[in-house]
Amino acid sequence: MGTPSDKKLIDENGLRLDGRGPDELRPIRIRTDVLERADGSAMIEWGGNKIIVAVYGPREAYPKHTQDIERAVIKARYNMAAFSVDERKRPGPDRRSVEISKVISEALTAAVMVEQFPRTQIDVFIEVVQADAGTRIASLTAASVALANAGIPMKDFVVGCTAGRVEGKVVLDLSKEEDNFGQADLPMAVLQKSGEVVLIQMDGELSKEEFDSAVAMIMDATKRIHEIQRNALVEKYQNIEAGGEE
Amino acid sequence: MPKDASGVLSEIKRSFIQEKLKSGFREDGRKLDEMRKITIDENYVPRAQGSAFVQLGKTKVIVGIKIESGAPFPDTPNLGVMTTNVEMLPMAFPTFEPGPPNEDSIEIARVVDRGIRESKMIDLEKLCIEPGKKVMIVFIDIDVIDFDGNIIDACTMGVVKALSFARYKPDPEGDELPVPINNHPISVTMVKIGNEILCDPNLEEEQMSNARITVTMTEDGKIRAMQKGNIGSFTLGQINEVIQMSERVGNGIREQILGEVR
Repeated sequence: MGTPSDKKLIDENGLRLDGRGPDELRPIRIRTDVLERADGSAMIEWGGNKIIVAVYGPREAYPKHTQDIERAVIKARYNMAAFSVDERKRPGPDRRSVEISKVISEALTAAVMVEQFPRTQIDVFIEVVQADAGTRIASLTAASVALANAGIPMKDFVVGCTAGRVEGKVVLDLSKEEDNFGQADLPMAVLQKSGEVVLIQMDGELSKEEFDSAVAMIMDATKRIHEIQRNALVEKYQNIEAGGEE
Repeated sequence: MPKDASGVLSEIKRSFIQEKLKSGFREDGRKLDEMRKITIDENYVPRAQGSAFVQLGKTKVIVGIKIESGAPFPDTPNLGVMTTNVEMLPMAFPTFEPGPPNEDSIEIARVVDRGIRESKMIDLEKLCIEPGKKVMIVFIDIDVIDFDGNIIDACTMGVVKALSFARYKPDPEGDELPVPINNHPISVTMVKIGNEILCDPNLEEEQMSNARITVTMTEDGKIRAMQKGNIGSFTLGQINEVIQMSERVGNGIREQILGEVR
């Protein structure tokens, strides 16, 4: 984790730098149909994160050796725009984005009815336009909406959140400063209905008790985040009922 | 340029577009020298030093500008540096693939770069901090997220808008300064279908044309960059016509996107 800083991340009233309590989320907004060409798309704004997700497919898997005769292969590509972070990022994949792409692909595969589309691939293109801590779970949360928006059959929604330890306290949804200077970071994603964990990563230092309370906080938060996912999709159909496009 | 997902434009659509052109109108109802609707949100990515989200019809691009200090090129020790990079993201179109840029996207990036560079929009001399040692580097990065033709103009207008608002810190401890700007280049891209010249082609028009030309001009009426693309040709008369169209249409765009800035 980051280096210790002189800056107080939590004040005497237990409030964080941005005024949130320990179990409060940053503002989250999800919109669907943000792109014209894609089969499905979504945009998530989560705190300062701004992420666009596009879904193409199912379509023939290419190159052919990537085909699976029993199921569709989900190929997520997590990519950060050069201007998304403070210091310009060199465009193109690096080791971090390759890893994130892999864990996101795997988490989504658990939710999609992949066995209905043998030999195909479903592309999930994720573009982080602005990064502000927690991009992987924000991407995953939005990807799940984009898949539903593309009309791809799914067993469940994937919804994620992070928690971590900051100045000895367990807090939900780390901000950028907390991510940089905190003592632990735990991104986690679950299937919404079943509560099964489809993504979990952790770095830093947490006791067993702290881990349990972090997970409890995340599980509670995923319910709230799922409401936002659901509303984003409902909104789309309300617009249609109201007589067409926005 | 890429074809649609199936790789073809149907014969019926093709002849519809051609028939419509004879009456002086295009398939979407525009006149030959009419742009699609332009919407630009400035400061779309607050973390960047300058940014813009451009919607040109259904084409969408995001421009982000990063300004960092670095070493000048040995042959221009007194000048700041600018670089332009266009990412044709695979999310933008069914047949776009991840990976290193192909020749189409390299050409687009270079045409956009040339327009900005040759017009000397950025005053690179003022971006020199210590001759030969330290200058500011302006990184212009463009994400194409939705593709419906005419990436070049969408990118150029986004860059011009983003640069007009961009700020940088010559000294990490010091104050922010606006990027020094000399003028406002605008590119206008036109294609030829049959013998008609039309500006701001959408995807279908790009597909059925066999010649494309981009003319970038500044507000003083000077031509700053040109690029012809594709296998077809233009007569000298048509070249005159495209320059006139570029000036007329370009002035309209400049007025529309920068009216309040200048």
